[in-house]
Parts: sequence; structure tokens; C-alpha cells
Amino acid sequence: MKRNWLLYPYVVWMILFTVVPILLVFYYSVTVQGGGFSLTMAHYARVFEPLYMSVIWRSIQLALVSTIACFILGYPVAMILANSPDKQQFSLIVLFVVPMWMNFLARTYAWLSIMENNGIINAFLGLIGVGPLSLLYNAGAVVLGMVYNYVPFMVFPIYTVLRKLDPSLIEAAEDLGANPVRSFLKVTFPLSLPGVLSGVTMVFMPSVTTFAISQLLGGGQFTLIGNLIEQQYLRTYDWGFGSALSIILMIIILISMGLMSRSNVYEEGGLI
Amino acid sequence: MDSKVKKFFKVILSASVVVLLLISSGCGGSRQTLNVFNWGDYIDPQVLKDFEEEFDIRVVYEEFDTNEDMYVKIANNSGKYDVAIPSDYMIKRMINEDMLIPIDLSMISNYGGIEERHKRLPFDEDNQYSVPYMWGTVGILYNTTMVDEEVDSWDILWDSKYEKQIFMINSMRDSIGITLKRLGYSLNTKNEREILAARDALLEQKPLVLSYVGDEMKDKMVAGEAALTVAWSGDAAVCISENEDLAYVIPEEGSNIWVDSMVIPKTAQNVEAAHQFINFLCRPEVGLMNAEYIEYASPIGAVREQLPEEVTGDIAFYPGVDDLQNSEVFEDLSDTLEIYDRVWTEVLAR
Amino acid sequence: MRAILKKCYLWLIFIFLYAPILVLILFSFNVSRSRGNWGGLSLRWYGELFQDRAIMTALGNTVLIALVAAAVSAAVGTVAAVGIYRLKGWKKSFVMNITYLPILNPDIVIGISMMILFIAMSFPRGMASLIVSHITFGLPYGVISVLPKLAQLDPQIFDAALDLGATPREAYFKVILPQILPGVFTGFLLAFTMSVDDFVVSFFVTGNGVANLAISIYSMSRRGINPKINAVLTLLFIAVAAMMYLIQRRLRKSSREAV
Repeated sequence: MKRNWLLYPYVVWMILFTVVPILLVFYYSVTVQGGGFSLTMAHYARVFEPLYMSVIWRSIQLALVSTIACFILGYPVAMILANSPDKQQFSLIVLFVVPMWMNFLARTYAWLSIMENNGIINAFLGLIGVGPLSLLYNAGAVVLGMVYNYVPFMVFPIYTVLRKLDPSLIEAAEDLGANPVRSFLKVTFPLSLPGVLSGVTMVFMPSVTTFAISQLLGGGQFTLIGNLIEQQYLRTYDWGFGSALSIILMIIILISMGLMSRSNVYEEGGLI
Repeated sequence: MDSKVKKFFKVILSASVVVLLLISSGCGGSRQTLNVFNWGDYIDPQVLKDFEEEFDIRVVYEEFDTNEDMYVKIANNSGKYDVAIPSDYMIKRMINEDMLIPIDLSMISNYGGIEERHKRLPFDEDNQYSVPYMWGTVGILYNTTMVDEEVDSWDILWDSKYEKQIFMINSMRDSIGITLKRLGYSLNTKNEREILAARDALLEQKPLVLSYVGDEMKDKMVAGEAALTVAWSGDAAVCISENEDLAYVIPEEGSNIWVDSMVIPKTAQNVEAAHQFINFLCRPEVGLMNAEYIEYASPIGAVREQLPEEVTGDIAFYPGVDDLQNSEVFEDLSDTLEIYDRVWTEVLAR
Repeated sequence: MRAILKKCYLWLIFIFLYAPILVLILFSFNVSRSRGNWGGLSLRWYGELFQDRAIMTALGNTVLIALVAAAVSAAVGTVAAVGIYRLKGWKKSFVMNITYLPILNPDIVIGISMMILFIAMSFPRGMASLIVSHITFGLPYGVISVLPKLAQLDPQIFDAALDLGATPREAYFKVILPQILPGVFTGFLLAFTMSVDDFVVSFFVTGNGVANLAISIYSMSRRGINPKINAVLTLLFIAVAAMMYLIQRRLRKSSREAV
């Protein structure tokens, strides 16, 4: 126990910069702005007005759609990665990480050039005499932005789990007469579930809270809960309502985490 | 193994040394700094360079999107700005909330060059807190290749013929304001029924709107991404000079006439340099550079005289007092602001 | 047949991931300002980029913040991980819970909550607040990358070193640290990546005109996008790709040596 001093700086730092700020948000969410300590539930009551509930519902829907899309796209990638020769694996992983080093906003903004009315896709369509199609400023564009940005978060955890799978299990299943599909459904997939679950959380969470993607690709009319919060903090200056929304957002995240049970790839080893 | 450890720490150590050097060079030097807070794309960058050279003051320049944006940043003290350039109604609000320092006009020797018409404005009747920077109107910018008819009313922004070809400004006062004008109300109304009518009209319009835009509107209109947009006069002028197919009108129902003025927030650290900067921007030659670059109307008489006749003669960009009879200046809404905020949140969220 | 299909699929995914980046690179060489038309090859924007103080400062800030945040996260995180590893019971779960908090907490909540804290403390907003916030969301990665390496350590090894005459200090630096170093390095890389990739937290906590690349791109995207941004991103991409290539080569080499 003599080594506990190692922890103090860390614990103090984390409490000061993560726990205390959240308590402050909570404080703002239950008090009247500029009214000292007078308590109020008005901010929370406002969150439950139909208008704002529809925004929350829309955020959850879009995030779910992108999570499913990430799963469908990402699972096969993780499988291919895990089954490729060791020498290639690292290079392939690197190819996935490199785009993440080009800031997330930069990548999102690049999609604007591709999907604009005068953008690249429409230029091609124009050559074959189609269009121009209106690709931006709709729900599809927002989902595309989310999938694009967050698909690596789905691939990595699944890959980590799959790589550790004992290949003899699958061989055993196939020896026992299971065809590849069956051995996948009965052996590989169930064993990879912890990875899938953490992938799902790691995609769902940033998707449900984003505000920049919906702002850039949705043209300001796909208000998500993140946009609402940003608006309250940076434009209308209604911190009480913004804080109540944030607390609700945290609760949504906690509930979905609870649903997914507690699994985390990190406890089993790093990504790289 | 051992050498690897050492190498790793060497890398970290040298990185932190580099960092320390960078930080110290960043704040180094005894040069004064001046923090300027202005609208996006709202000054000729050369003007800032000239000012730095002449006064040996480093300008830290930050931009905002909307008046509301700027207000929040100053109110929560996220920057110690020496000069800010908000619009009329926001200046009134900041005066009311005691956020500004009076400007010492004896230090603004170029103040005399500002046209009388732009002095003693309702939001600052005694000329205590603000010096006008630019002024203009809100109108409709449209692409004549996509719009055949004559544009003279806000109604065209509600015409389903132009579905998904309309941009609206993502700015609460402007968007609600023009809607109120279209409905025949004052754009400063405090009557809740009228504000809610504007909300309903905006919601009715929403399916026709392609996007609620900020300054990126300029790029997009020039590129022909939409047929019609609500625009500020100077932005419209910039677009028209890049794409001849575009045209700008102030609809007959009337519009908003606005003035952006320079103010000194209470948080200012360098009040003297702030005065120097304001005075610098009032110089006729500097005003001319800015007017040519951002193409808004300058309140400085000498600038107007030096600009080509075709610019100053166009009533869309340099309207006379008589041309703006139906138009109003935004006023501070005080308590009614909350209803406006809510309405705008609702329009965007639905 | 299946191998070909797999390859095609992987290729498609990589095309999806890299298409926007390729577009950026392509347009950074476009002489015309508008993205709509191709005006021919030119290095015009690269020339103008180096004249643009705002973008160059933002680039410098991004790298500086990421380096400091990653170094502090890796160093403090390693020390903390050693401490956490020895903890038991509720103390351990308490510390682990506050470690996971910034990972599980939505970006936007981290951003606004830290903004409120900084305002309440009158903490200077700008470089200092950016670095503090990036350290805060980087630290947990420093901790959780090292923990598994500690778990793999032979518990006897520390005592063995002492028995062989090493001082506790030496035992730490010469025996324990080399073994967990890959974890420290992973933590550094993760914290660095998170920092470079962040927009939301930076957006809320910054002030006084200090911007990193993400913030300046966001404000620029609202005002008409500047081709200089394409140029700076292209340079960044080349730097990242080169660095990754070097790391990969070193790892290959060391893994060959290990075999």
C-alpha cells in the first residue's frame, strides 16, 4: 500500500476534470439561470415536450441505423483481417488507422466536395446524362457521415476478439460435420459477441451525440440532440436547458451501455 | 532493451523541450497584442497586416458566425476581446447589460469622416459606445438562370416551385425578421401571436428549404447550388461580382437595415490599442480597402465618393433614406427574446 | 474464389475510407478556387498556405497539443497504472470507474462540462484549457494500455531483481519498464490519435482566438471552404503515412529480431 502516492495525482486530476464538471452540469440543469440556488425542474420538463422528444428519437434512430450499417460493413472486414497472414495484419490495421489521423472534421468536410450538386458524383452522373441528384442535406447524408467516421470503431474490437479465437474450435465444429455457415453461426459469432457489443457501443455513442456531422452534411435541418445542446450553450445561452439535455444524453448512453452489459476490449489488450 | 527505454524517454524529453520553446516563443516578445472579434470574412486581411506594421501591435483575430455567438463568448468571458464588431440590436443589449466601455471619441480623430446619417442611431443615441463599421440591408439573392419571374416579394421564398432550391440564413433575428415582414408585421414585434404566426410560416416553408446556411452561402450561390437565398447586401455584392447570373433585391414589404459597429467590451485588456484600431478602420483609405474587399456599404463619406458610381448608385447596395421607408432597424427585444429563441429552436428542430 | 471476393471487399472498404482523402489531395493541386471545375495542376495553394498565418498556427497548435497531451497521458498513465494494479476491492473499482468515465462520456458532454468548469474557475481559455482537456481524455488511454501489460508480468520478477542486488529504483526502470514499454507506447499513440482527431471538446473549451486545425476547418466550412485547407491536409496525410510506414518497418524489424 506504500505505493498509493503514485495514484494521487491521477485521481485528483480525474476527479477535478471529469467528475466535478459533470456535477456542475447537473447543478445548472436543476437551478434557475442567474437565480442563485433556486431549484427548478423546468429544464427537464422542457426536455419532455413532444418537440424535443422527437429530436431525441430522431438522434437515436439515425444512430441505430448507422450502428447497424457499421456492423454489416465492419464485421466481414474484421473477419478478413483476423484471418489474413500475420505479416499483412499490421499493415491492414495501419491502413484503417491512418484516416483517423486526418482530423474527423476534415474527412467529413471532404464528403461535401463529393456529394454537392456540382460535386464529383454529380459530375460523373452528368457525363452519362443523369442528375444532378440532390445528395446532401438529407438523413442519408448524415448517416453516411456517421458510418464513414465510426466504422473503424466497429472493426477494431471485433478484430481483436476474432484474432484471439482458438482456430481449433472452428476445426472441431467442422470435424463434427458443421458446414462453414453453421460453424460461423454456432461458434465464431457467439464467441465474438463481446467484440461486437463493444463495437456497437463505440459506434452508437458518438453517433447519437454528434453535432458536427449533422451540421455539415445535414444542412442545419437535421437537428440532433447534439445540435440542440450546442445551440443552447453557444447561441441562445440557455445553460439550464442545455445541461438538462446533456444529463438526459448521459442517461441514454448509460442505459444503452447497461443493455450491452459491461464488456470492454481494452481489458483484454490494446488495439495495436 | 535498456537503450530502447532511454530512446523513448529521450524522444519524450526532446519533444517537451521543443514544446516549451514553442510556447515561450508564442507568448514571447514585449510586443503588445490586440484581440479583435469580428464576423467571418469581414475585413481585408491586408488591413490587419498594415495595422500591425504601423503600430507594432500583434493582432489576434477571431471570428464569429452570429451576433448571438459573439454575445455568449463575451458574456462567459471565453476571450478577452479588445474590439468587437456586433450589430445594432446586440449593441443595445450589451449596453443595457453593462458589457461595454464608452469610446473616447477624442481618440478617434477620423470620426468626423462618418456620414451624419450613421451617427446618433437609436441603439446608441449619444454615440457613446459604438463607431459604425459597415451597414447594409437584408434581401433576396437569386440566380436569374433559375428564376424567370420578377422577384419583388418575400413570398417567392415560400413558392413550392422552388422546392429544395432555397437557402435560408441560420440566424434567428434575420430569418424570423423577414418572415414577420412578409406577414406585414414589424420585425421587432413583441406580440406573441405575431411571432407564433411567423413560426408557423417558417415551419410551412421548411420542406422547401435546401439548407440553413451561414457564410458558406456565398460559395454555394456562386456555384449555383441553389436558386434563391436570403442574403446580406454585401455578401450579395461579392457573389454577383463572381457570378453575373446573380441578382439582389430588397423586397417591397420592406426589410431590415442594419449597422455593424465597433465596440470595446468591458473585458478589454488593451483599451488604448482598441481606440487606435477603431480610428485606423475609420481612415478613408482603410475604409476603402475594406469596402472593396467585403463589398458592404461603408458609412465613411470619403469612401463612398471614391467608389465607382455603378456601386454607389445602385440602390440595392447604397440605398438612400427614401428607398428604405418600409425597412426597420432591429431593436433589442429584452424579455421577448426568449420567445424568439424558442421559435427558432423549434423551426430548426422540427 | 473466396479469396478474390475477400480481397475485392477489402478494396471496396478502403476505397470508401480513402475516397474523400484522395479528393482532398486532388483538389489541393487544382488551380481554380472552386471545387466545381478543374482548372489544371498547380502548387498555388501550397505557396499561399505558407503565407497564411492562421492556418500555420492552427497546424502548429494541433501538433503541439497532441504531443504534450500524449506525453503526459503516457507518463502519468503509466505511473497511475502501476498504482491501480496494486489496488484491491472497492478502491480499484472506484478508480477504474473514473478511468472509464471520459471514455464513455459523450464528447459533447465532456466539452461543455469542462467549459463550465473553466468558466467557473476563471481558468485561462486557449492553449492551456486545450492542453488540460486533451490530457483529461487522453489519460485513460495511457492507463488502460499499460494495465494488461502489468497483468502479464511475472509477479516474482520485481523481487527477483531486488534479490539480485538491484535497488527498487533500478528494478523499476531496468526490469519493469522495459516489459511494459509496448503498452506505454500504445497509450502514447492512442492519446495522440484522440487528440489529433478531436474536434468537439476543443471547440467548446477553446477561447481567446486559439484554434487547432479542426476548429479552423469548422469555422472555414461555414464561410466557404478554402483550398489552402486541402493543401495543409495533404501535407498532414503525407506526414502521417510516412510516419506509419517507418513505425511499421521498425516493428517488422524488431519482431524479426525477436524470432
